[in-house]
Amino acid sequence: MRDIDIIETPAAELLFSPSGCGAVLVDSSQPVFSPSVQRKFFSLARALETDQQISELVLGVNNLLVMFDPLVSSPSTIEQLIQSLWLYPDALPSTPRVMEIPVSYGGEAAQDLAMLAEHAGVSIDQWIECHSNATYEVACVGSMPGFAYLSGLPAELAKPRRASPRAQLAKGTVIIGGAQAGVMPCTAPSGWHAIGRTDVDLFDIQRQQPCLLLPGDQVRFLVREVAS
Amino acid sequence: MIEVLSGGALNLVQDLGRSGCMAMGVSRSGAMDAPALMIANWLVGNQENAAGLEVNIFPFRFKAERELLVSCTGAHCALSVDGHPVPSWTCLEIRPGQQVVVERPRLGVRAYLAFSGGVDAPVQLGSRATDLKAGFGGHEGRGLNRGDRLRLLPQCLSLPGRAILPLERVQYAEAMRGQQVTVRAIAAAQADDFSSTSLDAFYSTPYEVTPQANRVGYRLQGQPLQTIRPIELLSHGIAPGTVQVPPAGQPIVQLAEANTCGGYPKIATVLDCDLWRLAQAGVGCRVHFKPVTVAEGIEALAQHRAALANIHRHLDVSPPA
Repeated sequence: MRDIDIIETPAAELLFSPSGCGAVLVDSSQPVFSPSVQRKFFSLARALETDQQISELVLGVNNLLVMFDPLVSSPSTIEQLIQSLWLYPDALPSTPRVMEIPVSYGGEAAQDLAMLAEHAGVSIDQWIECHSNATYEVACVGSMPGFAYLSGLPAELAKPRRASPRAQLAKGTVIIGGAQAGVMPCTAPSGWHAIGRTDVDLFDIQRQQPCLLLPGDQVRFLVREVAS
Repeated sequence: MIEVLSGGALNLVQDLGRSGCMAMGVSRSGAMDAPALMIANWLVGNQENAAGLEVNIFPFRFKAERELLVSCTGAHCALSVDGHPVPSWTCLEIRPGQQVVVERPRLGVRAYLAFSGGVDAPVQLGSRATDLKAGFGGHEGRGLNRGDRLRLLPQCLSLPGRAILPLERVQYAEAMRGQQVTVRAIAAAQADDFSSTSLDAFYSTPYEVTPQANRVGYRLQGQPLQTIRPIELLSHGIAPGTVQVPPAGQPIVQLAEANTCGGYPKIATVLDCDLWRLAQAGVGCRVHFKPVTVAEGIEALAQHRAALANIHRHLDVSPPA
């Protein structure tokens, strides 16, 4: 394995941390989201998908949770496998799908819109304009069935998640959390901020592919209405 | 067929849950106390992964519409057939028309019922488990109502009279009488970001189960836990058992229907093989976290599987190969 010596160190070093004894969280050492690192994680996940040792793969935002049976494969074996795959990423399809989501901004579902506008130092209309003008990319799908974590939220709209999550946020609620955007695919607890709602169904078990949005898709929010 | 005679939106068809679906954001789901369902299934001659019922609301009543074998495990509940007390953790022969009642538990919170053949719910994403959050799987993606009729798969064995009470359960019951439960946990990614006072408190003081405890997760209440500086993480995958600490400082343990991703700092992960202990801990129960290394966690898992394999051997009636 002498040729290993001449390979350049990739830009992002991987950090491994145990998540129990049968899972390891693989994280890039980047402090902020990097789309190019995310694409490396897309190809790492794709390469691991077919590996018999892996029971679950959860792509995150610049990270990947890899689950396995620790009585079959040791954590260090899994880490070595991941390190070697990270060095040789696969090519990915180049033209993304563009998905559109019509949104009713404001109204009852938008409990946090006024607070967010004030936090950003803009009017509610300006906040909505900024949110709906941006192009987002699905960084990963997870948390809830079909929930897409969207990168591309304009930095001035970002706001850390709530100190304590809400016990329930309704299906179809359009939300932001930290530097990310999303839509609730089902009614569930959430620590994100609510800005409006949509009728688009993000997850339908009857569909061949239950998830509407997949990693790598581009997403735009269309203003359907602004409720007062 | 069995007919449900009592209401209870949290009484659910469950098997051992989904595997390989977390990439779609679909939780593992399945029985919160997985070993209890496995043993219930073995008692009536089923494969361990057959669908049974997780009973969270009591008393639970059903009527048998055919001859069948039934077992009840998990929480310690009084059980009766047509008004006559019968033991749990055994295989019971039930005749058509007989009514079975599972009373409110004396210890623990969830009872498991297995039926010979298993519940014939549609297999969705590889499992019959109810995913309450997403509303699919199990019986119409929801909890059971009075009047629901559940089809059973054909049964193949007749083995009444068998019983078991695992030693682990007896010891657990002792601890539960004092409203205490101990679970082992491995340090998670942000463990080092917590103050030493917080880490000491987490492993040396109890955390009480609050009323906000369900199949998604348990919010606990105890000494507040603080990171040395505020942490805002990018969202990442979380395994069941993950103990997250939102900025408010009170830990949340993620369980069977946990979100597959989250963003709060993680102080520890409860061992998978100890999650059933939490599943049976009710509101007010004090949870103690015991720190273990990854190697100790793997050893604990090996022992857990060996103990279950031993129970299976004891109950297995399939002819020797």
